[in-house]
Parts: sequence; C-alpha cells; structure tokens
Amino acid sequence: MNGETQVTVPTKTASGRPGAHLLVEGITVRFGGITALSDVTFEVPEGQVVGVIGPNGAGKTTLFNVVCGFTTAHEGRLSLDGAPFRPRPHRLTRAGVARSLQGVGLFPGLSVLENIVAGVGHSARTGFIAGLLALPSSDRDERDLRERAGVLVDELGLGDYVHASPSALPYAIGKRVALARTLISDPRLVLLDEPAGGLGHDDIAELAELIRGLPTRGSGCSVMLVEHHVDLVMQVCDALVVLDFGKVIAQGPPDQVRDDPAVTEAYLGAAVTDA
Amino acid sequence: MLDRLARHRLARHLLIAVVAGAGLVALTYALPPFRNYQLATMAAYLCATAGLTVLVGLSGQLSLGHGALMATGAYACALTSAELGDAGVTAPLLLLGPLVAAIVAAAVVGGVVGLAGARLHGPYLAGLTLTLTIVVPAITTTFADQLGGDQGLSVLVEPAPAGLGIAFPLERWQAWIACTAALLTMLLLANLTGSRFGRELRAVRDDEVAARLAGIDVGRTKVVVFVVSAAAAGLGGGILAVLTQSVSPGAFSLAFSLFLLMAVVIGGTGSLAGAVWGALLLVALPELTALLSDNLATSPRLAERLDGNLSLLVFGLVLIVVTIVLPTGLQGLFSSAAGRLRRPSRPSPVDLTHQPTTDTEPTDAQHTSTP
Repeated sequence: MNGETQVTVPTKTASGRPGAHLLVEGITVRFGGITALSDVTFEVPEGQVVGVIGPNGAGKTTLFNVVCGFTTAHEGRLSLDGAPFRPRPHRLTRAGVARSLQGVGLFPGLSVLENIVAGVGHSARTGFIAGLLALPSSDRDERDLRERAGVLVDELGLGDYVHASPSALPYAIGKRVALARTLISDPRLVLLDEPAGGLGHDDIAELAELIRGLPTRGSGCSVMLVEHHVDLVMQVCDALVVLDFGKVIAQGPPDQVRDDPAVTEAYLGAAVTDA
Repeated sequence: MLDRLARHRLARHLLIAVVAGAGLVALTYALPPFRNYQLATMAAYLCATAGLTVLVGLSGQLSLGHGALMATGAYACALTSAELGDAGVTAPLLLLGPLVAAIVAAAVVGGVVGLAGARLHGPYLAGLTLTLTIVVPAITTTFADQLGGDQGLSVLVEPAPAGLGIAFPLERWQAWIACTAALLTMLLLANLTGSRFGRELRAVRDDEVAARLAGIDVGRTKVVVFVVSAAAAGLGGGILAVLTQSVSPGAFSLAFSLFLLMAVVIGGTGSLAGAVWGALLLVALPELTALLSDNLATSPRLAERLDGNLSLLVFGLVLIVVTIVLPTGLQGLFSSAAGRLRRPSRPSPVDLTHQPTTDTEPTDAQHTSTP
C-alpha cells in the first residue's frame, strides 16, 4: 500500500497529508422525474487515483458537478478529510480542490501564461484595492504567481507557448495548458473531466504518465477522473467506480472491475446474461 | 533604471500620467478659450468612456445606461454644490465635495444595477441598463421641485483661484479640473486592468464556468466592475455639470448613452487608449457634422433638420464601418501599425474578437518571467 506508507512521511503542506480524502455517501440527484444519480457511495483515498467510468448518460458528469458544487444533491453528503464538505465552485481551490473541464476550456482572451496564472484561485493575497492603487504588494504577488506558473510551464514542456493565444495552440497542448491551470493552485484533490478526450495515442501515453505522477507531485494529491478511454483508466487508476443509469454497479481495483459481469453487461448490452 | 521602472506598474503609470499632465497644461496655454472648453468636455467624456470600455471590453457586460449614470453624478454634484454653497463652504471644498458626491451617487446606483445585472447576460443586461436611461429623466421631472424638472439645476462654480492671476481664463481652469479628473480615472483604471483583478475580469468575460473553478467569485467580480465603471461615469457627469454650470435631463438622453457605447466600440473595446479616441470623437463629430450640414444644406429648414440627425447618421456609419473593417477599433489599428514599425515589442491590447495579433494585455510585466 503506497498510500499508507506515504501518510507517515512528513510533507510540506500545512495539513501534512499527501492528498485529500474524499468520501461520497448516498448521493442522489433528480432532474424532474429522472434520477440522474441514485445512492452513489464511494471514496477517493489519500494519494490514490480513482476513475469513474460508465456508458454515456450514466451520470458521471453529474457526479462531478455535485463534487464541484454546480449541482446540489437531493440526498447524501460529501466529506473531505473527514469534515463535511459543501462545495461551491468559486471556493473549491480554497478547499484544495481543482477541476479541469471537458474539452480544453481555456480563456480565449488570455495568453497561455495568463491562463495558467488565472487558475491560482484564492492563494494570491492581494485584492482589489492593491490592484487599483498598483501597490508594490500587488506587483510582488504577480511576480510570485508568474514564477509558480513558470515551474509548471517547464514541468509540462509548454515553454514555447507561454505568450501564445489559446486559439493558436494544438489541441493536445491546449489540454496540457488546462492541466497546468488546474495544478497551479497546488490542489490536494484533482478532478479531471475526460483528460484524454480527443487526444492521439502518443499524447495519451504521455498523459497516463503525468496522471500517475500526480499523487507524488509537489506536496501530493489525490485524483478523481472521469474518462471514456478504458485503456488509460486501467493503466492509471488505483480503483474504479462504474456507474450505469445513475447507480454504482461495480467498484474496486481495475482488474477486478474489468472481470465483473455487470460491467460487461453495461458496456456491451444484455448479451452476456443471455449466454 | 528604465528596467526597474518598467517592473513597477505604479511608477510607470504615474510617470505617464505626469508627462501627459504636463503636456495638457502646456496645451491649455496654447489653445483659445473655446478649444479649452472642448478639451475639458472631452476629458469629462473620457471619464465615462474609460469606465465603460473596462465594463464592456474586459468584463463583457453591456451597459446602455452610462448616460444615466453620468446624469446621476451630475445631479448629485449640483445638489451637493447648492447645499455646500448655502452652508458658506468655499473652494476648494466647494469643488471637491460635489465631485466626490457625484462619484458616490453613481457608484451606489451602479451597485444596485450591478447586483441585479450580475445574474443577467447580453441583451437582458442591456435591457436592464436601458431602463436607467428612461427612469433617470423621469425622476427629474417627477421631483421637479427638488430637481428642477426639464429646466434642470444650476451649478455653482467659483472662478479660478486668485493665485493664478486675475486674467486667468475660466475655460483654462475648467480644462485643468477636467483633465485632472480624467488623468486620475485613467491612472486608477490602468492600475486595475493591469492587475490580477483585470485578469479576473477577462476570465469572467471569456468563460464563467472556468472562472468559477479558478476561484473567482463571478457575481462579485461583475458587481465590483459595474460599481467602478459607474463611479467613473459619475465623475464624468459631475465634471460635465461643473463645466456647463448646469444640469438638465435633456443632456443625458438615450441617444447620449448610445453615443458613449459607440465611442467605446469605435475607439477599441477594452482599451483605455481607445477610450481617448472615443471621447475625442464624441466632441469632434458633432462639430464636424454641423460643418457638413452647413455646407450641404441649401435652405435653412433643411439645415435645421440635418443638424439634429446628421451626427447620429455619421456616427452610425462610422460605427458600422469600424466594426466591419477594424473589429479592434481605432486603437487596435494604431497599435498593430506601431507593432509593425518596431517589432517585436509590446503586444497590442486585449480585444473581444480574439484576433491572433491581439492576445495579451499591454501593460503587464509578463516578459519578466519568460523562461
């Protein structure tokens, strides 16, 4: 158990833990007469990568939206590191949670560097007044941010693109910039929404390595990801949660989930049960 | 030395403001009184267009009510100056007090509209702000006893301080007041748009969902920028009241609000330098069209008809041509031309259209952290 041994290792974070522990308990969401999520329970343990998979319309995105606070659950609760967690989107980064969006989702009017810096959330200290008066503290803060962004730029190999406009970027680079924007707030829980969507084979291999490295990156983090690309999920995840029609139909280590008949049925139809 | 200066935004902006101020003072000595009065009017408009261009261009919120916000400032200025005058207050408080009141009043109204508008987008927000333009004149006629109805109010303005000499023309003094206000507005707005808050504005404009996930309180940001923009418009209105020494609802019609927006678009949406071009146009175009109608019209009746409508027509035509030919406005044209002359220097200002040439902001020290 890699995660277990890491708990005892002192880290630089104030909390001293490598990654957050997310607990999702009995989440139910209804849209009118449709139950999008029904009694969904699972956890993202500290420093682990948990994949949420399922056919289209299974409720994966709704689940993400609940964890981010875009959608409010009718029943059930969330807890982060054992404390009740009531997410609100603009306070997520403050709680140590960061989410990437489907597609690229960069700010088209900001340069690559500005996009990355924009992801820093609340950790920048100066506010409106300091900006209005251009106080030295706001300059200093800005330089700090850009330095932090510079580290990510180097790490993700984006050096050639810092001043480019997002519209001029190759798709795979855009996705990497989006990932950098997600990581700059030093999150303890990263939510990746279809990180491999639209990527080619080589890019996916690179991405897999990147995701595998996330739990040990910096002060450490846990990862929850929604993904269609089954190979990637099998490769990077410590555990899988399979959703179908809003219900958890299987969860556990990738190997075990892959052999679960219920999963095969959900993906391939009823043929398996007939056989 | 220059390098260190470039890294301190405040020092850089202050330097530009001081140089511009010195240039303006010299200009006021060179210009005849009427031109000084026009310069002062332009500076008053600039307060409003600068605030409006930040609102529209950077935060992506549309306002058709900035004329009404200027009116709010103008009336607050007039009422306060009457009160202070009755109380026997003299300059400089008799000038500063009303102007501060103008800023505060417009900021409060802007805050109310901004709070309501933070949940609205595009045409709905435009509709909301449009009601301001209709409500404010209605208020002035409803409370005619206090606000003077169609006649409006007069504003008490003291002549230039005696220290400047007895022969100091009032117009030059007015130009100084107005230009000081405009420079201060530009300085603060340049600081703000070059700061983290400016980046947050553009993030909100580009993608609200991503902005929220980036830790930005989208609603709060929209309200704050609306208040800032309204405060600038209020100051512009107050200055205008000081210049004309009167306020009346007719001066802040719907057409005026539309003119402000057009000026911002023609100058270059989101660009403070573009707001200068916009303010210049606001002062120059009526004069140009008056000249045009005088030369075009053969009969006095035709001239009279042309006079009222020609400026609207010309402004409209210019707007259409600029939107098609120069989506980044006049400032976009100038800065890309300047960029071509001395490449590869500063990037041109941010725009709404995401032209490949204009993707970064002009003021930030972003080159410092280039790997």
